[in-house]
Amino acid sequence: MLGNGVVGISRRVLGALVIGFALSGTALAQQPLKIGFGMSLTGPLAGNGKAALISMQIWAEDVNAKGGLLGRKVELVYYDDQTNPATVPSLYSKLLDVDKVDLVVSGYGTAVIAPAMPLMMQRNMAFMGLFGLNVNSKFKYDRYFQIMPAGPDPAVDWTRGYFEAAMALNPKPGTVALVGADAEYPHLALEGARVHVKRLGLKVVYDKTYPPNTVDYSPIVRAIQATNPDLVYLASYPPDSAGMVRAANEVGLKTRMFGGGLVGPQFAALKTQLGPLLNGVINYEAYAPDINRKFPFLDQFLAKYQGRAVKEGVDPLGFYLPPYAYAMMQVLEQAIKATGGIDQAKLADYMHANEFDTYVGKVRFAKNGEWSVPRMLTVQYHGIGGNDLEQWMKPGHVTVLYPNEYKTGAVKAPYHENKK
Amino acid sequence: MEISTALLLNAIIAGLLLGGFYAAMSVGISISFGMLDVVNIAHPAFIILGSYIAYIVNDRFGVDPIVVSVAVSPLFFLLGMALYRIYYVCFERRGQESLRGLAFFFGILFITEVALVLIFGVDYRMVSTRYGDVTWRAGAVDFPMRLVVPFLVSMTMVIGVQLFLTRTFFGRAVLAVAQDQLALRLMGVDPVRVKELAFALSIATAGVAGAFLIVIQPVQPAIGREFIGLVFAVCVLGGMGSILGTLLGAFVLGLAESFTSTFFGPSWAPAVSFGLLLATLAFRPSGLLGR
Repeated sequence: MLGNGVVGISRRVLGALVIGFALSGTALAQQPLKIGFGMSLTGPLAGNGKAALISMQIWAEDVNAKGGLLGRKVELVYYDDQTNPATVPSLYSKLLDVDKVDLVVSGYGTAVIAPAMPLMMQRNMAFMGLFGLNVNSKFKYDRYFQIMPAGPDPAVDWTRGYFEAAMALNPKPGTVALVGADAEYPHLALEGARVHVKRLGLKVVYDKTYPPNTVDYSPIVRAIQATNPDLVYLASYPPDSAGMVRAANEVGLKTRMFGGGLVGPQFAALKTQLGPLLNGVINYEAYAPDINRKFPFLDQFLAKYQGRAVKEGVDPLGFYLPPYAYAMMQVLEQAIKATGGIDQAKLADYMHANEFDTYVGKVRFAKNGEWSVPRMLTVQYHGIGGNDLEQWMKPGHVTVLYPNEYKTGAVKAPYHENKK
Repeated sequence: MEISTALLLNAIIAGLLLGGFYAAMSVGISISFGMLDVVNIAHPAFIILGSYIAYIVNDRFGVDPIVVSVAVSPLFFLLGMALYRIYYVCFERRGQESLRGLAFFFGILFITEVALVLIFGVDYRMVSTRYGDVTWRAGAVDFPMRLVVPFLVSMTMVIGVQLFLTRTFFGRAVLAVAQDQLALRLMGVDPVRVKELAFALSIATAGVAGAFLIVIQPVQPAIGREFIGLVFAVCVLGGMGSILGTLLGAFVLGLAESFTSTFFGPSWAPAVSFGLLLATLAFRPSGLLGR
């Protein structure tokens, strides 16, 4: 009796367990594929971060409309990193340990990618970075990938265009002033600039940084002017980009080339706010309407993005960061589909070995996770007549100076002559 | 670097113009923190609120942001009255103003920031003015109108506040509140009412300083946090509760920042400014013009 009873109970328990497992299996299959990240939704880089987030949300909607990934709907789990590097480690710990996300990608910018790296390395996560400059140079993490087209030697490639354009001037420049904000990105950009300065035998007459919360930049520009440099290379974030450009105009900075690494004028907000003050400034851009025939892939993205961006009140142009945020997710999507899972080692191996077809064109990664070939454009703004946005959507206000395959003209020097 | 006369004069002018702006931002703190003993850490949030109101009216109607700020200063005054009344009822009356009051103003700071993010988004905002891109030159010395106009209005405001506090009955009552509330009460004056109006005045000055800020540089909702240390430093350096001290402290910090940026390297500017603050407090603990 006892034995029969035990057997009977066991059968019932076994049956319940089988049904339970089957149900839990079904439930697991229906669980969304969670992709976690921090994003700057408040703080100095929030305008850029929000534009990137919208792109990533459009990607998730597109993927889910096609049935999701691995038969699972995609869910983006994100938190506001407040553009504050100190929030990043705990934020990613929460994503991995509490939210149990399946995959992680980075937030926007060098300052918030670098603090996430130790945790990613500890957990062996494949980690896609969104516009971090030379982050992997110290970590040398073999599962790090970066979607910004800075090239395999990012710090040096980043500033190469500026100095190549400078050395094309006649007569060649002899002196240079290097200036930037006390922050992660400007420091790395200036580090790369110093490599070129040394290589080209230029004499550094000013090499200083400033606090990011500086109110009046005119004393800095005057100090630079006092050294009378042929070139002024500036690496800055949006508020100081605006401050330095304004100060250069107010002081009447006289130099042959000014700019190089300003974050901010790539976005509609600063383009329209600074307007004619940008005339003559050298900067980097990911795209210019003047060479739209060389970027046919971008139209598909802009058609999805621009209307949405206007509604959401973020960068309505979408030429710079937004398509790359979408492309970052496309890389991940294609790797997941190809490997058939979310095994981090397999994903990383696949991403190293293959080329990806994205809305920013063909992407192949170098050994250090950066683009195998640099494609960031060095440009000069000119002929800007007002503060309207429309002029920036049409060709005619941006001369592409570098790389040579995209070049549309030469530098118009000196800088101050562009103001006339 | 060769120190030319032009460079030196420009550094002095830039420092004074910057100091004028710092004085406008700090005069409210000098009233609320220095005189009323209310640690209004949300003061920069009201400055940013002032910036956004100036921005929205300038953007839609083209009105000069500083004119807007003066026009809406009565609204800031009313807002300040309401805020002090809440603070008094919830914290000060119960003797809980020290820590909980501080938490209250932190809360106000974050709520204001989030509200601005929700309404205006997170992009940087700037205003367009007729004088924004104009620089007047006297020989080799530059006077950027972007800084000169806020400076002039700031001087008018700060001197006006000083005259109001020293030449009117109400102003003297505010100074009395700062010294001895009980004595004031014995004379039949309601110190709570006096503090309420004085606090309201401090918030009104924040609104006007907000317009100066957005004329000088682009603004986003969280930028106010960067000025918390500065406004308190100016107030303490000048001497708690002294409006003229605040003005002097603001000029000292402005000149220190300008000279350091021009002659030594801008990254040293905060260290020099706060070093000056520490040195002043070491030799004169009550600040430059404190009693």
